[in-house]
Amino acid sequence: MQHNSSSPSRIENAIYEEHIPGASHWSLVVPAGHLLTVTDLEGGANASMLFYNPTNLLERYNAPDTLKGQHTFKLTQGHCLYSDMGRIFCSIVSDDTGWVDSVGGVANKQKVQDKWGTRDYQHDHNNWLQNGYDSLLVEVAKYGLGKRDLAANINIFSKVVSDDQGDLTFVESHSKAGDSVGLRFEMDTLVIISTCPHPMNPSNEYPNLPVQLSLSKAAPVEIDDQCANLCGENTRGFENNRRYQCQHGHTHTVGA
Amino acid sequence: MITESLLQAEQAVRRDIVPAGDYYMKVVKAGQTLRILDLEGNQAADTLFYNANDPSERYSAMDTIREQGSVYLTAGTKLLSNDGNTLMEITADTCGRHDTLGGACATESNTVRYSLEKKCMHACRDSWLLAVAENPQFGLSKRDITHNINFFMNVPVTKEGGLTFEDGISGAGKYVEMKAAMDVIVLLSNCPQLNNPCNAYNPTPVEMLVWNEV
Repeated sequence: MQHNSSSPSRIENAIYEEHIPGASHWSLVVPAGHLLTVTDLEGGANASMLFYNPTNLLERYNAPDTLKGQHTFKLTQGHCLYSDMGRIFCSIVSDDTGWVDSVGGVANKQKVQDKWGTRDYQHDHNNWLQNGYDSLLVEVAKYGLGKRDLAANINIFSKVVSDDQGDLTFVESHSKAGDSVGLRFEMDTLVIISTCPHPMNPSNEYPNLPVQLSLSKAAPVEIDDQCANLCGENTRGFENNRRYQCQHGHTHTVGA
Repeated sequence: MITESLLQAEQAVRRDIVPAGDYYMKVVKAGQTLRILDLEGNQAADTLFYNANDPSERYSAMDTIREQGSVYLTAGTKLLSNDGNTLMEITADTCGRHDTLGGACATESNTVRYSLEKKCMHACRDSWLLAVAENPQFGLSKRDITHNINFFMNVPVTKEGGLTFEDGISGAGKYVEMKAAMDVIVLLSNCPQLNNPCNAYNPTPVEMLVWNEV
């Protein structure tokens, strides 16, 4: 598959960078104190993500706790992504797009078929019309998880707004080529990622768009850190992490 | 949308009072109608639904709001599963709006939202964990405790992407009614939260009424 995009700006001191094609899925454990930068290479990408505690897979990303705790519907720079155990998996330390979708979920096979046609590996090979649901399901299965463990995901590079009546609209052309989102991990985290298209994307063609992942050491969390100080809730979330990390011998905490 | 029901309480085949801070976990059969009645007003009813014949199929907030194109639930809303099937359809609603973004309270999230010292206050997710432990016949566990509906709760979202917990818009005698499209396990926590206005700082009972299909 050909990608004609220009090379994204390289992340300083990257431990490694990797290319994830569209319609694909991958996972990695990001240790506390590391920065995962996700870059939209061509514009219009979507990265559906889920987060689990690798040492207790029952602890997982919790959308409601994340949203209500920070009194927000959108997620962007300054926000933290919470587990159901009151801890912070990661902080959004940068977001070129200004809005990460919190509610759109993923498309299943039927939805992709209705919108873009039948999934046909023999004909299309890895350009097949993979759907986000199967994509996440396969990736979590590598860790012994299944359908019962697929919680509400976030969609990086996608924006879904609600009007005063609660009616939802997908905002087209939200993310531009080269836009990136930086996630600083506050605890060791299993990250599940799918690059299948957003279920509300109205594109006539199946959007098969790649992202780049870049892993680097995060700068220390300073005492005036934007995410840790966004609201009292986040200050308390960081304190929960501090108490958790001391059980695990880590020192990645505010002011450490 | 305010839609009154024609069903009479005297004709119900099952009536259960769920005290404040307690749970309800029962099967509602395909074709039956369930009413959740806010007896004293301003009570949040945190509810999950599962396909009784395959509980790995369960209520999905994301699929429900995306497919109806709106974040609020009311009469006409189809409560969709993670497989995209209808579990329940809301057929009557005298409250007008119900939340499915705010989730349920937990001891851990209480530490974040209010204070680390609030961690041992009773919470919905504890009620659900007790429910699944006391009802092993359903084969559910913590991994099945997912993203729920808050009947009678008002969580407005703004165009700018804000979200707030506001005083409930329910009142004594308000109800929401839904018809089961398949056999459904209804798992409800009658919310014990004392730290925000979702229960008007005073948790009270709800009643669960079930009617057979006429």
